[in-house]
Amino acid sequence: MSELLDGLSWGLLVLGGFICVSGAIGMHRFPDFFSRMHAASVTDTLGGTLILLGLMLQIEGQYLVLVKLVLVLLFILITSPTGSHALAKAALHGGLRPKLGNKQDEQDADVLNNFGRQSSAFESEKDKE
Amino acid sequence: MDANLARSNQKKIRSRAIEILINVILLAFLAITALSLAFTKDLFASVMLTGIYSLLSAAFFVLMDAVDVAFTEAAVGAGISTILMVTTLTMTGRYENRKLHHPIIALCVVAVTGVMLIIGTMDMPAFGSDVAPAQVHVAPYYIMQSGEDIDIPNIVTSVLASYRGFDTFGEVVVVFTAVVGVLALLEFSRKESDITEKPAPMFQHKILRIVSKILIPPIMLFALYVQFHGEYGPGGGFQAGVIFASAIILYAMLFGVEQTRKAVSMPVVKVFAALGVLIYGSVGIVSMLNGGNYLDYNALFENDITGQHVGIIIIELGVGITVATAMILIFLTFARRIGKSNSNSGTKEGTA
Repeated sequence: MSELLDGLSWGLLVLGGFICVSGAIGMHRFPDFFSRMHAASVTDTLGGTLILLGLMLQIEGQYLVLVKLVLVLLFILITSPTGSHALAKAALHGGLRPKLGNKQDEQDADVLNNFGRQSSAFESEKDKE
Repeated sequence: MDANLARSNQKKIRSRAIEILINVILLAFLAITALSLAFTKDLFASVMLTGIYSLLSAAFFVLMDAVDVAFTEAAVGAGISTILMVTTLTMTGRYENRKLHHPIIALCVVAVTGVMLIIGTMDMPAFGSDVAPAQVHVAPYYIMQSGEDIDIPNIVTSVLASYRGFDTFGEVVVVFTAVVGVLALLEFSRKESDITEKPAPMFQHKILRIVSKILIPPIMLFALYVQFHGEYGPGGGFQAGVIFASAIILYAMLFGVEQTRKAVSMPVVKVFAALGVLIYGSVGIVSMLNGGNYLDYNALFENDITGQHVGIIIIELGVGITVATAMILIFLTFARRIGKSNSNSGTKEGTA
């Protein structure tokens, strides 16, 4: 039983590590901001989750550690996609367009971009650039 | 038996090798971050790099088993100071000005100082040496006697709050002085205080607002846990105060400064900033009234150990209150200036 758990845990850890490394490679190799961000957020959510699940199988009866790991997992699962969402929205709002994708996507992006942008805020944005 | 010993030795050597490898990688990252910090012209990037630098050093401290320091570094260096710098950046603009002079003299000064500092480190004891002054002066006493004198599991807290209570009091006073300075510089114009009500800056970010509403109560709860768990694990007043303040700052970023000012009454916060220092100082006064020295918690109660525990809990509370309110005050006064300097904006900042 314990060998099985150990093996499972190592499998999860190695898989999580692999996903983190591939996310890092993707962050360097992908062509534009949005696809890079996708790679980074995959590292956070899937890689982090797998590693934490792997660690949860290593607790050996220390249930307090299990509770803490579950809390960390919950925190990551809530914050990391939210962070990616905010980052993507900010980039889109700041005028960055995805390189990949078709024209329809670009139109959608423009709609999104104009959404919530106040006409009076436009000048101050020019100042910032 | 011999084979067992050899195997455990081998295991130790291997884990030591891994530790050295991680150390080297982390230090290399630190050096790269510092260099790119020096060369970048983009102030926003350099603020982010400062945060990364702090986070890397926090990881480094964890490796060196200084969890309390790592915790503080992560909360203060990577967390709140980054936020304050970003807040300042929204007022100053994003790019560094072009230099009008060649900083050759400054470079020479820095180079000479650097060389002298490196020469100075030659005399220092080797890393981890057991005859270093840091290891033979008072540290052994703290480590040996802490269990007997104070009887709490976290020696760092007993050193910080009891053995070195004076130093910590000084630190709290420094934090308080910083707040007084910021308020004196930025809050002098009271007449402008009734500026017109604006919509909250991030009113269209529904996801961010909902998630932050979910997260703010657990953050505050975690701050309280760190505050009152400081004697048993890493943590204490400084970290707890910063974490508590970051919950309020998160609220302010998403729902607007004016909204936050309604939720968090500024006069009360100002009083609390002073109150924390007062609580700390009055523990010392009480111990003097009971016939002990200033901040000698043994005098607080009949039983020495109880006195130490009560004293540490109370002064940590004072530290936490002052630090939390100080951070809230500094952020809110800074953030309010943004609304004044470009009053027509208010849609873009805060996503970082």
